[in-house]
Amino acid sequence: MKSLASLRDLKGRIDSTKKTKQITGAMELVSASKMSKAEQNARGFVPYADKLQEVVSSIANSSTDAQHPMLIKREVKKTGYLIITSDRGLVGAYNSHILKSLVNNIEKKHSSKDEYTIIVIGRKGYDFCRKRGLPVSQSILGMPDHPTFADVKNLASEAVQMYADQEVDELHIIYNHYVSAISQVVTNKQLLPIADLGEQEAPASDYEFDPNQEEILEVLLPQYAESLIFGALLDGKASEHAASMTAMRSATDNANELIGDLELSYNRARQAAITQEITEIVGGVAALE
Amino acid sequence: MSTLTVSVVTPEGPILEDSFDMVVCKAETGEIGILPKHIPLVAPLQISIARLKKAGDTRQVAISGGFMEVQPDKVTILAQSAETADHIDILRAKEAKERAEKRLQDKSDTIDRYRAELALKRAINRLEIANS
Repeated sequence: MKSLASLRDLKGRIDSTKKTKQITGAMELVSASKMSKAEQNARGFVPYADKLQEVVSSIANSSTDAQHPMLIKREVKKTGYLIITSDRGLVGAYNSHILKSLVNNIEKKHSSKDEYTIIVIGRKGYDFCRKRGLPVSQSILGMPDHPTFADVKNLASEAVQMYADQEVDELHIIYNHYVSAISQVVTNKQLLPIADLGEQEAPASDYEFDPNQEEILEVLLPQYAESLIFGALLDGKASEHAASMTAMRSATDNANELIGDLELSYNRARQAAITQEITEIVGGVAALE
Repeated sequence: MSTLTVSVVTPEGPILEDSFDMVVCKAETGEIGILPKHIPLVAPLQISIARLKKAGDTRQVAISGGFMEVQPDKVTILAQSAETADHIDILRAKEAKERAEKRLQDKSDTIDRYRAELALKRAINRLEIANS
């Protein structure tokens, strides 16, 4: 340490860093438990998504005559982006990755603001778009930590409706995909028109359709698209808690390091003070003799 | 006697999975009863009550639309929400019903009318099964 700060100053800094560390440590634990719950939610959703996908793709693959606007590409005049961000900060680079991907996309593909619109989940994304003057057509703020389908249903069905009404000709979704507790990947997926139904083997059963395929697609495809949005949200939430946990862990680690450094300088300063006192006493005694 | 494995699945996870003798649902085209060894079938459902029968016993599940997928030994009901009688929040359903009724009386707004009607239907559906 170059400058020997006073003992009391150092003591104060050590104490306050310790308190911060307690808070970040607690937040890490909270995020960890939220993350495992979010992971569980995401897993609970899988059977629904799988079954839905199976039926959708078996209909879409089996029939040549059944068509639906959601399956057909059309000329893209306006693109919709749905971004999933968090409401709070303290989540590391979680939000900035998503927003960067959004901005990159926009800069690459569009030259004017009439060519795209943004649907936002989460305050961070909303504030960002407002500040930059990006067109936001819908938003949800204050999404709970463990969202239910009802929380997102309105937004999802309105987003799908925008496509059906030809307000947008493509709908992309940008979110953080949860790989593991320490790894989340920004994912940019085209939601509508539904493109990747996966060339999976059509299930063995040839279905009867009641009343017919067109009308089933009418019900099925919006439900499918909405479920994809919900799935992305669950995935995003798990990533958010994971990111928050990682951020808090590194904050705790940094605090530990800082406390170590501060304690070292504190001890040095204390030792220097003692040495100085002894020198003074010895000097004083010598002067008396 | 063969039975049907019935699973009711929603985005929030499976609600129910068990074997039954017969399933009665209300499809868009009308009531439909499924017995084991039914031909594979896909049908959209109305907001309605699905009745699952086993040995003289009937379980009821409130279904908010969605659709059913039938295979010879298995029936899957995929709905955006579904509740068995003991999981219904009666208070909430009542509130939802009142809210929807109020919205329907307000004639100025035409866009939300369809949605309010659906909400009303879901609420009535839930109350019916909870009170039965």
